Amino acid sequence: MSTAPPDADELSRRAGEFLAAHDPAATEPLEFLRARFDAGLAWVHYPEGLGGLGAPRHLQPAVDRRFAEAGAPTNHPERNGIGLGMAAPTILAFGTEEQKRRFLRPLWTGEELWCQLFSEPGAGSDLAALATRAVRDGDAWTVNGQKVWTSMAHEARWAILVTRTDPGVPKHRGMTYFVCDMTAPGVEVRPLRQITGEAEFNEVFLTDVRIPDEHRLGEVGQGWRVSTTTLMNERVAIGGSAAPRESGMIGVVAALWRDRPELRTPGLHDALLRAWVETEAARLTGARLRQQLTAGEPGPEGSGAKLAFAKLNQEVSGLELELLGEEGLRYDDWTMRRPTEVDFTRRSPGYRYLRAKGNSIEGGTSEILRNIIAERVLGLPGEIRVDKDVAWKDLPR
Amino acid sequence: MSDLLYGEIENDLRASVREVLGDRAPWASVLAGTERDEPCDAALWRTVAGELGCAGLPVPEELGGAGATWRETAVVMEELGRSAAPVPFLSSAVIATAALLAAGERELLAGLAAGERIAVLAVPFSAAPGDVRTTVEAADGTLTGEVTSVADGMAAEVLLVPAGDGLYAVDAADARRTAATSLDMTRRLADLAFSAAPARRVAEGTGAVRAALRTGAALLASEQLGLAERCLDDTVAYVKTRYQFGRPVGSYQGLKHRLADLWTSITQARAVARHAASCVAADDADTPIAVAVAQAHCSAVAVKAAEECVQMHGGIGFTWEHPAHLFLKRAKADAIALGTPDRHRAALASLVDLPPA
Ligand SMILES: Cc1cc2nc3c(=O)[nH]c(=O)nc-3n(C[C@H](O)[C@H](O)[C@H](O)COP(=O)(O)OP(=O)(O)OC[C@H]3O[C@@H](n4cnc5c(N)ncnc54)[C@H](O)[C@@H]3O)c2cc1C
Repeated sequence: MSTAPPDADELSRRAGEFLAAHDPAATEPLEFLRARFDAGLAWVHYPEGLGGLGAPRHLQPAVDRRFAEAGAPTNHPERNGIGLGMAAPTILAFGTEEQKRRFLRPLWTGEELWCQLFSEPGAGSDLAALATRAVRDGDAWTVNGQKVWTSMAHEARWAILVTRTDPGVPKHRGMTYFVCDMTAPGVEVRPLRQITGEAEFNEVFLTDVRIPDEHRLGEVGQGWRVSTTTLMNERVAIGGSAAPRESGMIGVVAALWRDRPELRTPGLHDALLRAWVETEAARLTGARLRQQLTAGEPGPEGSGAKLAFAKLNQEVSGLELELLGEEGLRYDDWTMRRPTEVDFTRRSPGYRYLRAKGNSIEGGTSEILRNIIAERVLGLPGEIRVDKDVAWKDLPR
Repeated sequence: MSDLLYGEIENDLRASVREVLGDRAPWASVLAGTERDEPCDAALWRTVAGELGCAGLPVPEELGGAGATWRETAVVMEELGRSAAPVPFLSSAVIATAALLAAGERELLAGLAAGERIAVLAVPFSAAPGDVRTTVEAADGTLTGEVTSVADGMAAEVLLVPAGDGLYAVDAADARRTAATSLDMTRRLADLAFSAAPARRVAEGTGAVRAALRTGAALLASEQLGLAERCLDDTVAYVKTRYQFGRPVGSYQGLKHRLADLWTSITQARAVARHAASCVAADDADTPIAVAVAQAHCSAVAVKAAEECVQMHGGIGFTWEHPAHLFLKRAKADAIALGTPDRHRAALASLVDLPPA
């Protein structure tokens, strides 16, 4: 176990060997993905046996590129953002050995998709106010409550779930975190239509749902700590992506600008260049964040990246509609669909504009992220708290 | 992707430069210096450039330098930005040095690298990297013409003048120099006039001038980063201790959120400035884009930071006896220096094929 973690050259050598042994064109995709996981080339900074090789985290993009160039099958990250970005790092940090072995491989290969049962009608930004109850019952827990805005719950096999287990203590102390089986009796998923017309998120009703104690993540009462890990990772996952230059929203608008000279105006040229520069700055910042994360876990710094991402996506998608002029007046489809993935670039400009409005709300609103940066990074005084030492059951709701 | 972090050597370098500047260039003495009729702080310059060896960092050892790179020099620029120290580092140790490196001019370079001599490129400080038009004529080994708004023009002993078919070195004593009253009181400008001044050609063509302006613009981003960080640090410290309505003003969300946005912009400026410095250090093919992005971005961040610093200090921020104005003047001048953000965006438009309307 004393061997040094592999460096870029070693990873590249191993990826080459793997690709030589598993011809992407001739291997069945699922078999390929499982083998890639087992070879430690899935997320290279994870431990051996759990999809990784204990390598520095920033070496991941090069490995991914290598596989993409070889035409390797993907695990469709656009379908399992919550699993890959949030559930996996949380399970890695807090899971038992058994939990890690059970959940991480099918999560990474995309065999099992995940969703996040955090927000409730009465608890959004103030996540620790949540009311979903979990009561111990022998080797299991009985869960009752309602979650809301649950993205992709209609697709998910598993969920990360936070509950209230002790209403008699202040809110942050009485929470417990679980892995919830979405096929368990008592889990009911109802589509919730949104601004774009479709239902990407849902309401989830939990009625006497039984969760075995082995599916608890972290200690009883430690749910807030575990959730914080999830949320920090969520922000890095959203803001710290390794996309190449001029990809995503700015790529779409830049291509439009090049292809349609008749749409150009001087004012929009200036706005486009400003957005291009900001996007490039955000991309480099994400790269720097990943380089910084080589060793440690994400801290509040990820919040800045997420904040910038939301602002840019909204700005650029709005710019696209203006650039399109008359075409921008039209929308592709208001049908109430239940999508299986979020992919900005494959839908219409109107969809992009509307969907981007969620970027400053999902995964922590921009206001909450500013509070986090102000208080935890800059050390400014916290908000005046009226709920800190009050038992959860005595809080006004 | 270039390395966007700081190495151990860079952290050590930063610590020693910061210590010296803390001792020798606290803002009160920088402010006092603005009232004196001296073109720069010569003693501080000798320490930073010569004793600490900062001027020779990017110069190869065989040419008398330290054999480090522009990345290390960029760290020095950050610290100088934090203090707004009145030394001709950008003009001599970065821009003129880059010109001489490109020209392969050994003799002058050794003096510059040792911090024994100050040279400046005789172009308006507002010139963008692509600006190579010249207002000076060369004939029979002499120069004639005028150049306005040259940064540190009064401090220089050697003037590197783009003229005619190349770049010429002129002894500053052979030029007529007039000090200008400058917006940035800590980096002063001068107007230069040459009438048949004896000159020696050090480079042909415009390559050396282009390289110098590009390197200057790349490293100016690091100065802007340091300045912005200083403004944020001072402001955060102030709003924690200033009470109004029975609370520290820093507990109000209206200010907290603006400071969080500023912090976010500064983390971006750091990534962008490091990338630009790494690109010039490695002579990367990405350099022109990296420099245009850095100037378009970091100029705005530094100005915003200085403006927020003034505003959040209230009346105190508007007084002469507070350092905020030193930084605001430096920040705004830096935004115009070496190409405005608009000029850099225009350059970018052609580099990344986003043609105008
Ligand atoms: C597209 C989308 C997908 C989502 N997917 C999921 C999911 O999969 N799983 C899940 O659990 N949740 C999900 N959410 C929910 C999301 O996490 C919450 O909407 C979010 O945390 C905000 O909570 P809220 O909606 O209750 O707003 P509120 O908390 O009620 O906020 C209302 C307004 O008040 C502001 N505000 C609140 N508190 C403060 C404060 N202290 N200081 C300043 N301003 C404040 C907010 O910023 C906001 O502007 C999703 C949301 C969206 C839009």
